[in-house]
Amino acid sequence: MKIRISNGRVIDPANQTDRIEDVFIAEGKIVARGTSPAGFAAERILDADGLIVIPGLIDIAARLREPGFEYRATLESEMEAAMAGGVTSLAIPPDTDPVLDEPGLVEMLCYRAKKLNCAHVYPIGALTLGLAGERLSEMAELVEAGCVAFSQANVPIVDNMVLMRAMQYAATFDFRVWLQPLAPFLSRGGYAHDGELASRLGIPGIPVAAETVALFTYLQLARITGARLHITRLSSAQGLELIKAARADGMNVTCDVSINHLHLCDLDIGYFNTHCHLVPPLRSQLDRDALSNGLAEGHIDALCSDHTPVDDDSKQKPFSESEPGATGLELLLPLTLKWANDNGIALTTALARITANAARLVGITKAGHLSPGARADICIFDPAARTHVSREKLKSQGKNTPFLGLDLPGAVRYTLVEGRLMFER
Amino acid sequence: MHNPQLNKHGELQHLLTLDGLPRDVIASILDHAAPFTEVAEREVKKLPLLRGKSIFNLFFENSTRTRTTFEIAAKRLSADVVNLNVSTSSTSKGESLLDTVDNLCAMQADMFVVRHAASGAPVLIAQHLQANGREHIHVVNAGDGRHAHPTQGLLDMYTIRHYKGDFGNLTVAIVGDVLHSRVARSQIAALTALGVPEIRVIGPKTLFPTGIDKMGVRVFHDMREGLRGVDVVMMLRLQNERMNGALLPTPQEFFKVWGLTAEKLALAKPDAIVMHPGPLNRGIEIDSSVADGAQAVILPQVTFGIAVRMAVMSMLAGQ
Repeated sequence: MKIRISNGRVIDPANQTDRIEDVFIAEGKIVARGTSPAGFAAERILDADGLIVIPGLIDIAARLREPGFEYRATLESEMEAAMAGGVTSLAIPPDTDPVLDEPGLVEMLCYRAKKLNCAHVYPIGALTLGLAGERLSEMAELVEAGCVAFSQANVPIVDNMVLMRAMQYAATFDFRVWLQPLAPFLSRGGYAHDGELASRLGIPGIPVAAETVALFTYLQLARITGARLHITRLSSAQGLELIKAARADGMNVTCDVSINHLHLCDLDIGYFNTHCHLVPPLRSQLDRDALSNGLAEGHIDALCSDHTPVDDDSKQKPFSESEPGATGLELLLPLTLKWANDNGIALTTALARITANAARLVGITKAGHLSPGARADICIFDPAARTHVSREKLKSQGKNTPFLGLDLPGAVRYTLVEGRLMFER
Repeated sequence: MHNPQLNKHGELQHLLTLDGLPRDVIASILDHAAPFTEVAEREVKKLPLLRGKSIFNLFFENSTRTRTTFEIAAKRLSADVVNLNVSTSSTSKGESLLDTVDNLCAMQADMFVVRHAASGAPVLIAQHLQANGREHIHVVNAGDGRHAHPTQGLLDMYTIRHYKGDFGNLTVAIVGDVLHSRVARSQIAALTALGVPEIRVIGPKTLFPTGIDKMGVRVFHDMREGLRGVDVVMMLRLQNERMNGALLPTPQEFFKVWGLTAEKLALAKPDAIVMHPGPLNRGIEIDSSVADGAQAVILPQVTFGIAVRMAVMSMLAGQ
C-alpha cells in the first residue's frame, strides 16, 4: 500500500533533521521525504498536521513472557501494547522459561512473532545454559537462529572464570555481551536500595556496591577479553562514573537506563508499593538526577522500558515476596517526552535515545531512521495530547506500573510497521 | 500519599507503625492504657468493651509471648479470640496471604492481629481491606519483618513514662542488633515523637542499618561511652542465627563488648532503668545479675503490655 504522511513535523534523529515535510511510503519502505516521487499515487493519506513523525521506537529490553509465563502475558497481548506505544522493534531478554539458550526455541519465538506481523523481534540469547553460569550456550548457532546479543538477564554469573570465558568466546565472533551489573553476593537477599527508606521500612537493602563491584569486574574482563560489552539498566551515579571513566580511557562500552530509573527513586516505594519493586532497585534522588544528566549528555546511550508484565497476584504480596518488574511498552514514548519537557532537552536528542541509538546497540540498520530506503517503521504522535495511565487503558496484560494514575505528555496516533498501519487512535 | 493507618478523618484506623504517628495519638493511647492496668488487679478481670467482636490472631511467624498477651488483652475486653498459626496451616499449602485474609473476612472478623516475617505484610492487608470496601475491619501489627512492632514500642513508652514521668529531658540508649530489629525502629519512632532529646544507639557497625544517623539518633560503638549518664537502657534481643557468622564472630565476643553487665550499667544514672523486649538471652546481651537486678523493669513491661494492647484494641474497635 502506498501511504503519504502529510504535513507532519518529521524528526529523524539519525539524520539530525527536524522539519515539516511529507513522507512517502511504498512496498513497506520509505521512498521519499519532502517532494513526492514521480507518479506516486497514495492509496491512503495520513494527515499529520500538528503531529510529530518519528522512526518507530526501538525498545532494547521488553519481556514478552513467552515461552513459559503466558499467565503473565502473551505475544499477542504484548505486541498489541507495543503497537499502542509506537514501538516497532523489540529486543527480548533471555529469561523466559525455558530460557533462550537453544536455537530451536529462538527460532520458534521468531516464527511466532513473525506470524503476528507486528513489531520486529530481536532475541537476546542466554550467555550460559539455563542462565546457570556454568556452561556456555551455543552462541554461534543462536546467532544463526536470530539472536543479536547475549546476556544473563538479571541472573549474575557467580564464577568469574566462567564469565571471563563466556566473554572470550563471544569476543571470538565479536558478538555483543549485555550484562546487568549486579554482584551476586552483594545483591543477595536484598529488595530495595540500601538507603534511608529501606532502613526505615526494614526492607533488606542492596548496596550501590552491588553495582559498582560488578562493573569493575565486567569492565576489567572486557578489557582483557576484548568483548563488546554493553551494560544494561544502570541504577547509580557511581556506576555511571565508572562507565564514564572507562570511556574516557578509550574503552568501547555502551550502557542504557530504564524509564523507571530515569523518573523514580527509592522514596517512591512509599508504603511498600510493590510496583516499585524493580531490578536493579530504584536508588536515591541523587542517583536518578545523575542518570538523567548522563542520558542527556550521551554518557548513557539508550533509554528502554525494561517492560516486565507481572500478574496481580504476584504483586499483591509483601514487598520482599513480590515479583519485581514493571510494564512499560506503552509508557516509553510518553516518559521520554516527559523527561525532555521536564529537563529542557531538545526532542531530537531525547528521541535519539529510543530510536537511532537503540538501533545501533542492537545492530539494526534498516530501521531507527527515516532515510529513503529504510523500513517504513514509523510512529506518529500528538505532542499536545496526554496519555492517561490506567489499568483499563493499558493493552499490556501486565497492569503493574508505578506510573498508574498519571497523565503523561504525548499520545501515539498511528503506528506503522513496514508500511502497514498497525495502530491508529 | 495516603497514610494507610489513618482513615479519611485522620483517625487511627489500623495500628501498623509508630513511624509518622502524631505525638498526641501516641500520648492518647498511653493515657487510655492507664486505667486498664487496674483491671488486672480486680477479682473479675473483664470489661465489656469488645463484647461480640471477633478478633483473629493471625501469626505467620511463631511467637508465644506476643500472641498470648494479645489474646489476654482481647479476652479481658470480652472479645472472641481465634488463634491461627498460619505458619503451620493454609499458606504452607500454597494459599496466598490475601486469600487467607479474604476467607477470614468471610467469617465476619472485626480485627486482625498480624505477625509476619516480611516487612510490610500488615500494611498490605490494611490496603487490601481498604481497596475492597472492608475498612471497618481493623489491623494491628504484631511485628512485621524488620519494619515495626508498634505495640511493643508503645508498651516501652508506657513503661518509661511510668518510671520517669516525663520524656522531655531523658537520655535513652538502645543497645544491640538495630539492623534486624522491628522493636528498635518502633522505639526510635516513638521516642522521637514524644520529644526525647537524646536517643543513642550502641552496637557494632554490622548491626546498624545504612543511614541510621539520619534517624535522629546518636551512634555509639563504645558501650561504656554510650551508657554514660543515660536514664533508660533498652536492650535488644540478638537472634541465634546472627551470633556466628559474617555479622558477629561469636556470642562470647558480643557479650564481652556489648553485653550489659553491672559494671557497665554503673556508668548510667544511678536511677536508670533497664528494659528488654524478651525473650532474654542471658549471658549474651544481658548478664543475669542485671536482668534480675533492682534496675530491671522487664517483667513490668510484660504487664503493661497487656494494658497497652487493651488500649489499642478498644480504641480501634470499641463501641
